[in-house]
Amino acid sequence: MRKYRLSLFSITFLLLGSVVLAFIIAPLARLILAASNQELGQALHDAELWSSIWLTLRAAAAATLASTFFGVPLAYLLARTRFPGRAVVLGIVDLPIMIPHSAAGIALLTLIGRHSVIQRATEPLGINFVGAEAGIALAMAFVSVPFLINAAREGFTAIPDRIEKVARTLGASRTRVFFTISLPMAWRGILSGMVLMWARGISEFGAVVIIAYHPMTTPVLVFQRFNDYGLASARAAAVILILVCAAGFSILRFIARPARTESL
Amino acid sequence: MTLELRSIRKRLGSFELPQLDLTVEEEEYFVLLGPSGVGKTVLLEIIAGLLTPDSGQIRWRGQDITTIPPERRGFAIVYQDYALFPHMTVMQNIIYGLRSRGVGRIEAIAKASQTAELLNISPLLERMPQALSGGEQQRVALARALVVSSGLLLLDEPLSAVDLRLRQRLQREFKRIQQQTGTTFMHVTHDVDEAVLLGHRVGVMLGDRLRRVGSPADLFRKPDDPDVATFVGMRNIFPVNDYEKGFCRANGVRIHIGERAEPYPHIWIRPEEILLSREAFESSARNQFPCLVDDWEFQDVLVNVRVRIGDLTLNVLVTYGSFEKLEIERGGKLYATFKSSAVHCF
Repeated sequence: MRKYRLSLFSITFLLLGSVVLAFIIAPLARLILAASNQELGQALHDAELWSSIWLTLRAAAAATLASTFFGVPLAYLLARTRFPGRAVVLGIVDLPIMIPHSAAGIALLTLIGRHSVIQRATEPLGINFVGAEAGIALAMAFVSVPFLINAAREGFTAIPDRIEKVARTLGASRTRVFFTISLPMAWRGILSGMVLMWARGISEFGAVVIIAYHPMTTPVLVFQRFNDYGLASARAAAVILILVCAAGFSILRFIARPARTESL
Repeated sequence: MTLELRSIRKRLGSFELPQLDLTVEEEEYFVLLGPSGVGKTVLLEIIAGLLTPDSGQIRWRGQDITTIPPERRGFAIVYQDYALFPHMTVMQNIIYGLRSRGVGRIEAIAKASQTAELLNISPLLERMPQALSGGEQQRVALARALVVSSGLLLLDEPLSAVDLRLRQRLQREFKRIQQQTGTTFMHVTHDVDEAVLLGHRVGVMLGDRLRRVGSPADLFRKPDDPDVATFVGMRNIFPVNDYEKGFCRANGVRIHIGERAEPYPHIWIRPEEILLSREAFESSARNQFPCLVDDWEFQDVLVNVRVRIGDLTLNVLVTYGSFEKLEIERGGKLYATFKSSAVHCF
């Protein structure tokens, strides 16, 4: 049996760490405990809430899938090639993390707003952004795509490049190497990036509310109920959203967990 | 001729591989020997097509292949860390190259099984690479490369990650497989013993330059470059300070070298051709000096004794028997005797 010796060092670090954990857990626990059964019961039968949750999950998923399609090749290039301006590209990828999300929403709005070139071009096709699900997905994608690209890039970087080189000399084209070696070896990194991005998309408020107040995503709905009806009304919606998300992420994190015998 | 490198040059960041010319013959086991950081791997990757040379030409069986991508050259690389595909079984690893070239699954498996037999890894085919020992992984890497080989195999320090005994066994195996398959092997190593053991010819790369190409015997019997000679572990190489008819002076000691046509900058006194004795004696050998014992080290079958003649430190190889008979001790006085034919000038 292994013995844990409690030194001054480990006690100090444990104490400091538990402050952070308590800081994260306390408000969530308080929120869930404060919601009365009656409130929750009502919320469970609240069609508006459920349709907002469904919209939120769906828009975040669409944002994630589309970003994966475009973002994984970029992540691979960033992991595997050295080109002039690579540092600039890395900076651009991280940009959405740094700018305030309301500002990001405004920026997007100027690009895809009602009188923008893009909106006028897509309108005949029946695609609207402002006040529409496509716009919500775009706002979510804008603020959360760095998480996907960075995680995927780290996944690709972790593959020893000799493995890919060997595959080339054995007769595989770059495309084949990508699909048979790089992608299968990096999928855990990509998947955890997707989970992160999806989570970040679901929780987005600032950019989304500027593009679309309606249809309401759950974060917007929670805000609206708090504004219009007060804390108790917002509380139940928040609890349901948190529980749904926690369940979803637990499942996905379990799938994307690192294998126990990864190293040689 | 099989592989021809003509005036190859490559710059990678601060590293530069200056102009290099080399020819490797069909069915040859060629070993490229040199310290790490000299650009051996870069050269292999240029041959494989993973790197494009800045200038120069690579020819294979008479054809210019300089711009052909690696997957169409078919020169498989075996790396020191094996680089097995960790998400595939041994069998999947071995058939990967064949499948990439459009060989059908059944045919690929049949070929892979043959190669696995050649390398004694048939029982491992369904295992994952993580479940293999270092030696087994090395065999799988070799099998994976051999099965697609179109005549040339590139080995990048393939044995430096395994322990000494296994390395010796694998060296014999590499030699056997090279002979059995008639594949041209281009093997890169920093290990002199390995180079001498395996290579039909050995190329020595020093200071970013291919300094010498020749048979292992020539490398040790006919040194022509003091740096190369020192790198391969040869001892008793001295610069010549002074030269007169029949004699030269090295570190202040006047040594008889017989009639040589012209002055040479270096001499090498063969350590196994120097005789140590407790007393001076009459001999036809023209070089006899009193000397003091400095130190010694035991090697597998001989003892290397270092003696000093003035400022000249000489390594002498003696048998264990002589070592005991001479009652060698530090600071002890002995005589060192050698013929002028034991002195190689270059």
